[in-house]
Amino acid sequence: MSDAPKVNIKALAELARLDISDAEVAQLEKEIPDILKFVEQVQGAAGDVKETSPELRNVMRADENPHESGEYTERLLDAAPKHKDGRVVVKQVVSRKQK
Amino acid sequence: MDLSKLTLAQARKDLDAKKYSALDLTNAYLDAIEKKDGEIHAYIEVWKDSAREEAKKADALIASGKSQQLTGIPLAIKDNMLIEGRIASSASKILEHYRASYDATVIEKLKAQGAVFLGRTNMDDSAMGSSTETSFYGPTKNPRDTTRVPGGSSGGSAAAVAGGMALASLGSDTGGSIRQPAALTGVVGMKPTYGEVSRYGLMALASSLDQIGPFSKTVEDAHILFNAIRGHDPKDSTSLPDAPLSAERKSKTIGVPRAFLAKGCDADVLTAFEHKLSELRSKGYEVLDIEMPNLQYSLAVYYIIQPAEASTNLARYDGIRYGLSLPADTIGEVYTKTRGAGFGREVRRRILIGTFVLSSGYADAYYRKARAVRELIRADFAKAFEAVCAVVMPTTPSPAFKFGEKSDPLSMYAEDIFATPANLAGVPAISVPMGNVQRDGKDLPVGFQIIASHREEEVLFSVGKDVESA
Repeated sequence: MSDAPKVNIKALAELARLDISDAEVAQLEKEIPDILKFVEQVQGAAGDVKETSPELRNVMRADENPHESGEYTERLLDAAPKHKDGRVVVKQVVSRKQK
Repeated sequence: MDLSKLTLAQARKDLDAKKYSALDLTNAYLDAIEKKDGEIHAYIEVWKDSAREEAKKADALIASGKSQQLTGIPLAIKDNMLIEGRIASSASKILEHYRASYDATVIEKLKAQGAVFLGRTNMDDSAMGSSTETSFYGPTKNPRDTTRVPGGSSGGSAAAVAGGMALASLGSDTGGSIRQPAALTGVVGMKPTYGEVSRYGLMALASSLDQIGPFSKTVEDAHILFNAIRGHDPKDSTSLPDAPLSAERKSKTIGVPRAFLAKGCDADVLTAFEHKLSELRSKGYEVLDIEMPNLQYSLAVYYIIQPAEASTNLARYDGIRYGLSLPADTIGEVYTKTRGAGFGREVRRRILIGTFVLSSGYADAYYRKARAVRELIRADFAKAFEAVCAVVMPTTPSPAFKFGEKSDPLSMYAEDIFATPANLAGVPAISVPMGNVQRDGKDLPVGFQIIASHREEEVLFSVGKDVESA
């Protein structure tokens, strides 16, 4: 078994969109390579197996027979931390070019 | 009524015979919760008023002769299943105030039968853990020894039944989260075939593994609850088409994967297991040693696939559509701050592992390899079921452990060693109490696990009843 790969926890946290303290990063730098080293034993299992598509899997339903527009809007929007006029409110996503 | 002994089947008879009312029964459970749950902490929230209202409605149904199996039966529900208008938090800070917009299909089915909902039960944060210690609301204690964990992640649902604070309950099992706590608290816990019970309205953890299932005192009760919640659901594209479960018992031949059990199982747990096997032999069972060479990889495969799927499933908790949202200057910071503060430590760790094993450059060596080995495990089961009607083993390698004893993540993950194969293969499994082992002078329960082929739940119930009565 090879040595566990070097893991850049900070870069990984950024990819996963997780704000993590420096103290936790230091701890994870020890824990995660140990866990990866453990799970690496799968590489010792017999050769390559053709990957199959599972019998049961998530699929999108056909885009037909819609329910009446707005029927669930309020109920679902209520779950959002911020909403206004039937829409979810978020921070500005696209910024305008400075003149 | 003695709640420590009362079964669902008995309560049904008593209610229909009007020995007591559904309201009496519900009140008895609410009293028990009041008395005991301050110490055990099986529940995050108890719904006294609505439970009494539901019980009164159940009494009306019973009076009009329209009672069904679960009419007036007080149940506890794991905090990751949606009940419209109720908070469902997955015991996570990120969903602390989230209210469900709709009913999960299992809840709809229970409501249709007139069941009573006592409350939502504690669990590991986002169902990640094997001890209920990662809950945002603090741990649940094991009613059999309050210095020890009840197992997890469905620890609250197990403790509610074991502590006489619910007649039965629902949990979810991704890698043993029903069977392991059932074993550690001395009750019955069952994970149905993948696809047998709808997951619509269950918060997704690892979608190729998750299943909802019952906790109860007896195998018969588990059977009743399973019958009530199973069935095809057009709202869950991974639910199986309706089909009668094979009622016929193929044989009384059961298999033991000896080589797999040899490693890492406490000696007295193995002794208790052997004792049950000899009792089964005296009931006419033939016990075969079987080879399942790839089971040894189950835990490693599981701890690649589960975090991988969890990391993608939990991407939906971003501070925008549900739950916690921390203010920040940019939308990117809203995501990172909310997720960093909202998820518990174990959840953050698993999201990072999942992100790593899926990342470009590593996905082949980890995620895709794990999926390939998962097929080998599945094939091991298929081959085993050609010779035997059930594969049996202890549910856990040891009895309940003390709080804080497994602070190293890998030692905690090792709890799931015997539970994960059934999830990976998608086959049904049940844990039935098999007596006690002693630790520090205390008797602690351990579980006998029965695993059957796809959609052969009937085998679990028939072998399970023989284990129970042996």
